[in-house]
Amino acid sequence: MTRRDDVAAVRASSRASALLQWGRQLAGAALLALGFAGVAQAAIDAYTFKDEAERARYAELTRELRCPKCQNQDIADSNAPIAADLRKEIYRMLGEGQSNQQIIDFMVDRYGEFVRYKPELNAHTWLLWFGPAGLLLGGAVLIGVIVVRRRRSGREDADVLSDEERQRLAHLLDKNRE
Amino acid sequence: MKRWMLLLPLVLFLGMAGLLYRGLYLDPSELPSALIGKPFPEFSLPAVQDGKPLTRADLLGKPALVNVWGTWCVACRVEHPVLTKLAQQGVVIYGVNYKDVNADAQKWLKEFHDPYQLNINDEAGSLGLNLGVYGAPETFLIDAKGVIRYKHVGVIDETVWREKLAGQYQALVDEGRE
Repeated sequence: MTRRDDVAAVRASSRASALLQWGRQLAGAALLALGFAGVAQAAIDAYTFKDEAERARYAELTRELRCPKCQNQDIADSNAPIAADLRKEIYRMLGEGQSNQQIIDFMVDRYGEFVRYKPELNAHTWLLWFGPAGLLLGGAVLIGVIVVRRRRSGREDADVLSDEERQRLAHLLDKNRE
Repeated sequence: MKRWMLLLPLVLFLGMAGLLYRGLYLDPSELPSALIGKPFPEFSLPAVQDGKPLTRADLLGKPALVNVWGTWCVACRVEHPVLTKLAQQGVVIYGVNYKDVNADAQKWLKEFHDPYQLNINDEAGSLGLNLGVYGAPETFLIDAKGVIRYKHVGVIDETVWREKLAGQYQALVDEGRE
């Protein structure tokens, strides 16, 4: 390695560490922003509940149901008017003493299976439920098979030369010396 | 390893690419209505113009379009001339004035043409909720018995009418004649 290369390497490494530092700061800022986002996102309604259990059910239901208008938000998070309507409806139904299942069915009857973030397990949704785990498992099995095969074939072929090959090698080496 | 196995990654890639390519042209904001094939929900609401009470029974007898609209809805203004033209051609159109100020709605109908045979005043959005409405305009096609046959989300323009609605509406009209 020449002197120039060394300087360049040092520069590169200091640049890399600066980059790393900057990356860390950025990650910290992003985390902080996420923390605030969590606070800022939840829409505010002034509902009074009978007891803590009802409040918890309200929170659970509004997190489990998806806003039909702003599709990647649950209705607890969304400020869309339709989400506010649905929250009001959930509050009303909770007050009437309806069960979680009744409330979810009510929503599905009107807006379709789409509004559930946890869709029912049926013929249409099994791929959704088990696809990712299946792919992961399939990948693991595939890697396992490949690794085992390589090991086996490696032991048989690569390390050990047959007599014929050894002769050829010796022959080639002799030839080189001449 | 068998030779055909070498083609496997290519086949997988092509399959995936095909799937994603199709996904590019799907519109995720268009939800399939959960209400198709189900009866139009019961309601008891005043008319926009004179406050006369209206119920589901008022919508029966002829296949019709039920158009959900509001003066706050910019796209409804775009749609309005098309509805007017359809009404002049003899298409039966009922209106659901969704979450609107009634005086504004009356003014709108006076200023523009009124294509609606009758107009339901759904200021609170309760009928809209039962219809699974999540915005405006939305248009339902109902048959003479008040069963919802089709739902279109978004503006009805000439193309939408010709390609999606006209055929089905005509089929329902013909069904009634037999």
